[in-house]
Parts: sequence; C-alpha cells; structure tokens
Amino acid sequence: MEFTFDLNTIWFILIGVLLAGYGILDGFDLGVGSLHLLTKSDLDRRLLLNSIGPVWDGNEVWLVTGGGALFAAFPDVYATAFSGFYIPFMLLLFMLIFRAVSIEVRSKSESKRWRANWDRAFSISSLVISFLIGVAIGNVITGVPIDKNKEFFGNFIDMLNPYALLIGLTTVAAFMMHGAIYLVMKTEGELQQQIKGWVNNTIIFFVITYVTATMATLIYIPHMIQPFRDHPVFFTLAILNMLAIANIPREVNRGKEFLAFLSSSAAILSLMALFAVGLFPNFLISSINPEYSLTIYNAASSQKTLGIMLTMAIIGIPFVLAYTISIYWVFRGKVKLDKMSY
Amino acid sequence: MTTELWARLQFAFTISFHYIYPPLSIGLGVILVIMEGLYLKTGNKMYEVMTKFWVKIFALTFAMGVATGIVMEFEFGTNWAVYSRYVGDIFGSALAAEGIFAFFLESGFLAILLFGWNRVSKKMHFFATMMVSLGSMLSAVWIVVANSWQQTPAGYHIVVNDGVARAEVTDFWAMVFNPSSVDRLSHTLGGSFLAGAFLVISVSAFYLLKKRHDDIAKAGLKIGLGVATFAALFQLFTGHSSASGVAKNQPAKLAAFEAHYDSSAAADLYAFGWVDEENKTVHGLAIPGMLSFLIHGDPKAPIKGLEAFPKDERPPVQFTFQTYHLMVAIGFTLIGLTLISLFLLWRGKLFTTSLWLKILVASVLLPQIANQIGWYTAEVGRQPWIVYGLLRTSDALSKNVTSEHIIFSLVLFTLIYAGLFVVFLYLLDKKIKHGPDEVAMEFDVDGKQRMTV
Repeated sequence: MEFTFDLNTIWFILIGVLLAGYGILDGFDLGVGSLHLLTKSDLDRRLLLNSIGPVWDGNEVWLVTGGGALFAAFPDVYATAFSGFYIPFMLLLFMLIFRAVSIEVRSKSESKRWRANWDRAFSISSLVISFLIGVAIGNVITGVPIDKNKEFFGNFIDMLNPYALLIGLTTVAAFMMHGAIYLVMKTEGELQQQIKGWVNNTIIFFVITYVTATMATLIYIPHMIQPFRDHPVFFTLAILNMLAIANIPREVNRGKEFLAFLSSSAAILSLMALFAVGLFPNFLISSINPEYSLTIYNAASSQKTLGIMLTMAIIGIPFVLAYTISIYWVFRGKVKLDKMSY
Repeated sequence: MTTELWARLQFAFTISFHYIYPPLSIGLGVILVIMEGLYLKTGNKMYEVMTKFWVKIFALTFAMGVATGIVMEFEFGTNWAVYSRYVGDIFGSALAAEGIFAFFLESGFLAILLFGWNRVSKKMHFFATMMVSLGSMLSAVWIVVANSWQQTPAGYHIVVNDGVARAEVTDFWAMVFNPSSVDRLSHTLGGSFLAGAFLVISVSAFYLLKKRHDDIAKAGLKIGLGVATFAALFQLFTGHSSASGVAKNQPAKLAAFEAHYDSSAAADLYAFGWVDEENKTVHGLAIPGMLSFLIHGDPKAPIKGLEAFPKDERPPVQFTFQTYHLMVAIGFTLIGLTLISLFLLWRGKLFTTSLWLKILVASVLLPQIANQIGWYTAEVGRQPWIVYGLLRTSDALSKNVTSEHIIFSLVLFTLIYAGLFVVFLYLLDKKIKHGPDEVAMEFDVDGKQRMTV
C-alpha cells in the first residue's frame, strides 16, 4: 500500500467520514427503531419515537450526502456498486421509505390497529436496514466478482454468504447497543430502568458478534489483514477500538450515559476506520482478479472535480457541523411530549 | 418491451410520484415564511394558529418528499450505471452540493420548525422557517442545474479512458450556468409556488364553503392568492424565456412542441390540436406565424423543423405536443383564476360566491398536473438523448441489470407507492377536516385576539 496524500485519498477519507457519521448518527436511531417493539404501552412507544423525532431525518441526510459524494468523487464505484447490488439496494430503499413514513404517520391516528401496524413497520424496517448495511459492508470486505469492464453481475443469494450475514448481525447488534445507550440519556423513571436492562443485553449481544466477526476476518479474509502487517502503526486503531468498547459498560455502570454514548460512537468510528484501512486504496475489491478492483484512482472523477468538491466541502462542513450541534443542543435533555410531537 | 423501456417507465413512475411533494414543500415553505412573518409583525395570534396548521401539512409533504427522493438518488446508480459513469464528474458535484448546502440546512432547521416552538425564541423560530424554505429552494437549484446540463451541456469536455468516454468539467461556473439553467430553475420554482399557493387557496375556500375557521380561511385565501397571482404571471415570463431558450439550444424539441416539420416555413402557434405524424400536419386551432413571431419577432421567419433532423434524432412528437399544450393551457387558466379571484376580492364577493369557491377548491389539481406534464415535455422532448447530443438514452442503461430486475422493483414500487398515496391522502384529508387548533384563541369584537388562559 502506497500512501500519497492527494485529492483521491482526501475524498476516500471524507466519504469514510460521511459514512461513519451516518453510522454514528443514524445508527442510534436505527437502534431505537430495532428496540421499539420491546416497549408495550403507547406512551412509552411515543417517547421512544419522539426521542429521535427531531433528529432522525437530519441523520439520514448523512447517507444521502455520502451517496451523493460517492457519485461525484468516484462515479465508477457508485455505478458498479449500485447496479451490482441491485436487489439488496432496492430492498434497502423500500425499507427506508417504510421507515420514514411510519415515523411520520404512526401517531397521526388514534386507531390502535393503525399504530400497532406502523410500530411494526418502523421496527422491522429499522432492523432490516441495519442488517442490509452490514451485509453490504460484508460483501465489500470479501470482494465481489467485478470483471475487466468494471461491472459485476450480482447474485443476491451469493451476497448472503455466511461472512456477510455475520457482519449484518454485528451491525444490528452495534446499532441496538448504541440506540439503547442513547435512550438511557433521553428517558427517565421506569422506562429508563427498563432500558438500562436492554443496554446490558445489547452490549453482550454486540461483544459476541464483534468477537466472532473479528475472528472470521482474521482467519478468512487475509487481504484485510495485510495492510496492518505492512503498517503496524494502524494496530493502534484496533487497540483504540477495543478500549472504546470496553469503556462502554464501565461508563454505563458509573451512570455516565453521555460518556457511554461517546464511547459507543468512538467504537463505531474506529470500526469504520479499521474497515477503511483494510480496504485502502481499493473501494471495491474484485474477487476475479485483483487488477479489476476499483481503486481510488481508476474509479475517480477528474482532479478538477475533486478539487471543486473539496472547496465546497471546506465551505459547507463548518455549516453542517454548526447545524448538527445546535439541533442536538436545542433538543438536549429528556424527551417530553407536546402537541406537535409524533 | 425492452429493458430500456422498463427502466424509463420505472424512472418516469418514481420521479412523477416524487414530484408531487417537493413543489408543495417549496411553495408551502414560502407561504409559511409569509404567515409566520405576519405573526411576528402583527402579533396577531390568528397567524400563529394558521402557521402551526400549515406546518403540519408541510411536514407531511416534506416527509413524503424525503422518502421518495432518496429513491431517485439510488436509481441513477442501479438502473442507469452507464449514464452515472458518463456524467458523474459533472452531475455528481451538483448532487454533492445539494447534500452539503441544501439537505443539511433543510433537515436541521426542519427540526426546529416542527418541534422547536417551545424551545427557541419566536424570532429564532422564524429564522428556522426561513432557512427551511431557503433549503428547499436550494435543493431545487442543484437538481435543476444538473438536469439542465443534460438538456444543454456546457463547461465540459469529453475524455476517453480505456475506450470509455465520459464528460469532465472544464469550467464549473459555465456548467452551473449552462444556457438553460436560469430559465428552467425559475420556471420550476414558479410552478412550485403555484402548487403550494393553490393548496392553501383550495383548503381556505373549502373552509369558507363549510363556514369553518372563517378568519383563518379568509386570511389564508388572501395570502395564497397573492402568491398565486405573482407566480402565475411570473410563469408567463419564465415560460416564454424557456421556450426561446429551447428554440436556440434544442431546436428538435421546439419543433416537437408545435409539431413543426418544414424548416423553410414559418411556424404556427397552436392553442390545441392533434398531430397527424404520417402526413406531418396538425389538425387544430392555430395562430399562423405566431411561433415565428414569438421567437424571432417576425411572423414570416422560418423555424427549424423536425425534417431537419434524422428520424432517429427526433423526439416523440404527439406526446410532446400534447403535454406541452396542456401545460400552456393550464398556465393561462391559472392566470385567469387568480385575476378573476382578485376582481371578486376587490368587489368584496370572493368569500361569499360559493360557485367560485367550489372552483377554487378543485383548482388545487391544476398546478399539480401542469408541473407533471411540464416535466414530461422537457424530458420526453429531449429524447432520444439522455444527455442532449452526447449520450443516447438507449446506451445509458446498467449493463448488469435485466428486465426482470426492473419489473421486480417496479411492481414493488407500484404497490408501495399506491399504499403511500392512500396514506398521504387519508392524512391530508384528516388534517384538513380537523382544521387549525383554535381552542387557545378567542376573538374580540374588533377582530383582535387575546389568549385565553
């Protein structure tokens, strides 16, 4: 792996940051959705829904912008991946639609059946989205059959290989844990006590899948390990990742939910970083011939476009951070229901 | 049917369904700024109740727009991979700008608009409303810029790599301000204002007919009418300017608008008609030489006709002709509706003429239809090109996607969107019937309000 700090590398990192931002932000609201059906009363469900109410839409924008940036910076990766992963991406879309609509309409009718059905739609779509994201990451890690024309003819059944399923499960577990910790911050009283129980269970669930996935990667995916052998300095990322994960139960037990949330955010961020280091400089690895892999060079837009986009990013990112931080600041504290709530 | 037709059908279906909502959000966004601005300026509680009511409708259209919009971003990659590779260098930066500058702005301040009433000051809330409105218009800017580049490419060059050609940016601002960007953006925004304004007009007229929420309905009708009148007249100019641009930059499309075949002849302007494609004539009512006059200021000036183009470079004529004329007809109808309404308002009869109010209730559909078929005209009129003169639609498909793939997703989209549309109409109807929450306000004799405790 040769490393030059050029525009292509910067955009590889920036897209990684956008997707990690998506994982951290939408991750917790997908996790809240996945846990939604564990509460039974209408009030509790509304509290869960409204805990993410003002922010879920903004969180999803990270995915939309990540997708847009991928299209702009690496059009070949975008075109190859989106057409190759046709069926799973369509399923992902349908679930994103269901989820957005169920959040919006769930509380708009008093009918019990209406609410129960949209609750199910919300929770199942959250679970499936998390799972599909993991499956996609799993396939990117193992590589896909890209031919010399930068195309791959994806077969959905092949995409559901054991390794990808394992990463799918790990993603579900990570988001559930992350969401549960978020909920502890946003709730109080009996509901909070109940959710604290979920935190412990989801941590265990996550650690089991995480350890299994790590072992599977070490044993079966040598190309993801090679960069770490070549550049041992990146092993610090693995250490940081483990420390972040170990710190989660510690902070939970001390009652410092916000620090626990930061730790699980750091865990997701460092997992993404490990993934990126393993992949670099590839975006999509060809399982047919390594030479057919799509890299940050053979799949990129022109230097001119990458430069224009960098200018846009430099102007735009401070604004994005300012909005994001102010929104979380305005809606800080325990969730309260009022007339405009979901 | 070929894979290409299935893919086009899917795109047409998903974009048409999506395009019901963003124009409503853009139009309602502007109206929310006016309503809340009036509240801040006058302190009149009625405007607050009114704003809160329309915020709820706005939230619904916005959510539908977001849910169906993300589909579009995916679909370029899934179904039109070759196109994505071809335009990525150009289209991509516009799409990325939309994400960074528009979507984050919109979604961030939307949270305050919807849920922040008790958490921020009145002025801050008003600021958030303005930012949401600005964000929704900025989204339109970037997506229309990208689409306009497909109509009138500029600021690019073609680069061939390993035998695969693609367009790359040479001049960013020439790309952004390509020859059709400004006309098409203003025309799109005008159409969006009409969509939002006529929804407000329609709902207000409905309340007046039902004798409910009288003051809010009257004020709403006036605001809606103000925006609608401005936008309807604005469309006259942007429409004319767009058509002149088409004449200059996309002559085949203009020829299809009026089914004009003979390049040596002056072109007529039809009010309506039916194209006889075999005999290359139109049966209908026309003003002779009027198109020539509008474009060149001379009723005898020849206009480049369809015959000047090889058969495989002509757009479908009948379809383009009909959608174009229906759009224009609706445009003039909307101008008529707003002017007559203004006249009735001036005579003090607008709020009591129930036949006219009934017409206004139904009028909400007109801008929706015009927006849809206006885009059909623009997009079908560009055929057979996906990027005008550079890339054919038939060459732009994903190579690894089959008809079966597309039919599978199209069937699911149809089912899901049908369900969504039912839910949308049900909730819209429910919210409208429920109406603004007037519990907290009480009117004094002189029309001013005070809060009840």
